Amino acid sequence: MTTEFKRPDGRKINELRKITAKVGVVPNADGSAIFGFGDTVAIAAVYGPKKMHPQHSQNPEKGTLRCTYNMLSFSVTERIRPGPSRRSQEISKITEWALQPVVMIDDFPGNVVDVHINVIQANASTRCAGINAAVMALAHAGIPMKNMVTSVSIGKLDKQLVTDLIKEEEDWEEGEGPTDIPITLTDDGKITHIQLDGNIPMKQLMETFELAKEAGKQIHEAQVKALKEAIEKK
Amino acid sequence: MIETPKITGDRIKEYLSQGKRFDGRKTNEFRKITIETGVSKNAEGSARVRLGNTEVLVGVKLDVTEPYADSQSEGNLMVTAEFLTMSSSRLDLGPQPFESLELARVIDRGIRESHLIDLHGLCIKEREKVWNVMIDIYSINDDGNLLDAAGIGAIAALKTAKIPKYNEETGKTVFGEWTDKRIPLSKDTPISLTIHKIGNSLILDPTKEEEDISETRVTVCSANGIVYSLQKGESKELSVEEFQEILNLAEKTEKKIYKEIETNIK
Repeated sequence: MTTEFKRPDGRKINELRKITAKVGVVPNADGSAIFGFGDTVAIAAVYGPKKMHPQHSQNPEKGTLRCTYNMLSFSVTERIRPGPSRRSQEISKITEWALQPVVMIDDFPGNVVDVHINVIQANASTRCAGINAAVMALAHAGIPMKNMVTSVSIGKLDKQLVTDLIKEEEDWEEGEGPTDIPITLTDDGKITHIQLDGNIPMKQLMETFELAKEAGKQIHEAQVKALKEAIEKK
Repeated sequence: MIETPKITGDRIKEYLSQGKRFDGRKTNEFRKITIETGVSKNAEGSARVRLGNTEVLVGVKLDVTEPYADSQSEGNLMVTAEFLTMSSSRLDLGPQPFESLELARVIDRGIRESHLIDLHGLCIKEREKVWNVMIDIYSINDDGNLLDAAGIGAIAALKTAKIPKYNEETGKTVFGEWTDKRIPLSKDTPISLTIHKIGNSLILDPTKEEEDISETRVTVCSANGIVYSLQKGESKELSVEEFQEILNLAEKTEKKIYKEIETNIK
C-alpha cells in the first residue's frame, strides 16, 4: 500500500486525531468523562447502580446497563431536531452491546446503571467517541469491569484503509468511495461492536482489525491516564 | 409464546455442541424457503416470504416527490418495518420493539450501500421530481429470523415491482395504473444474511427458540465477496477468527439464497 495517500487533514493513514480525555466533568454524576477525537467531542455521565423503575422492568437475576446516545442540536453544521431519532435509538443500543461484555452488571440484580452520552460537537466517529467516553465514565463511577474497551472508526477511502474518519472522508467521492467501519475492541482484541457501510472485499475487511488494535492501544493509554490523574488529584 | 425456558435453551446448546439441531437441520442450513410475489394487488411490488413457520409480507410503493437536498438527482428510498401484534403473543399494542426499528435500518443500509436500486435511474427531473421508493415490511408470524426473511422479501418485491404511471401535466403519480417499466436494479443482488453465535456454534436461520438463546449475531449484506453493510447485534464478544468464519459462512450462503430467490420469482 502506498504511504503517499493524502488525507484532507494531512494525517498519516494510521494516525488518530488528537485525543482529549478527562474524567469528573459532571459533578452530580456518579462517574463522568469527556472524550474527543479532534473536533468530535462526547460527554458521558453515569448514574447508578440504582433501583430500576418501574418495578416490572427489574431483572431479579442481574442488573441492567442502559445507555442513551444523543446529539446536541447544534453539534452539527445543520441543526438537528432535539430528542430521540431512529438513528440515536439504534446507536444507544449498539453502545449498550459494545459495553456489556466488559461491565460486570450481573453484580447488581434489580438495579440499573444509566449511561448518558451527549455529543456536543461532531465531526464523524461520534458513536466511537461516545463509547470511549462511556467506558471511562463507568470506570470513574467505580462500576466493576473485566476490562476496558476502545472504539475507533476504520475507513476505506477508494482502496486505502485509514484510521479515525473525519466528515470530509466519510463523504469521499473518488474511486470506490467511502466505507465506514466503527469497531469496538476489548483490550485483548475481542470484538464487542462492529458496523459497516460502504463496500469492501472480505479479505481487506479482516485487515481493519490490526488498525483498530493499534489505535486502541493509544486510546486505552489516554483513558487510563485520565483516570489516574483524577485519582492523584484526590 | 413465553420466552424459551432455560432447560430448553441448555438442551439446544448441548445439541449444537454436537452439530445437531432440534429440527434435524445442519448448522448452516436454512428452513424451507417459500417466496410468492404479487401477493397484494395494489402494491407496485409485493412478496410473501416463509422460512419454516416464519412469515413476512413486504410491499413496495412508489410515489413522485421532491428529491432530498443532498441528492438532487436521485430517487428516495425509505424502509419501514412493523412487527404486527398478530405475529407473536409477545407483542402488545403500543410502541414497536427496538428490534423492529433495527430491522428496518439494517435492511435499509444493505439496499442503500450496495446500490441495489439505481437511485439515479429514478430521477424524473433533477431538483424537482424523483421517485420515492417505500419498502414496508410486516411480520405475519415470528418464528425467528425475521431479519433474513425481510431481506429476501425486499429483494423479491423490488425485482417484481412495476413503476406506476406518472402524469406529467399534474406532476403526480397515477395510482392504480402501471407502466411496464421495472425499478432499475444493479446486476449483482447483494443479500443480507444473519449469522448467530450460540456457545461455540455459528448457525443460520434460527427458530425463535434458538434466537432466544443466541449470544450475538452479525448481519452481513454481501455479493461476490464484497461486503456492503454489516451490523453486529447483541452483546457477546467475538474473536477475530470467529469473525472470519462468519464472513466465510455469509459468502457461501449468499449464493444459495440468491439462486433460491431467482428460481422463485420467475
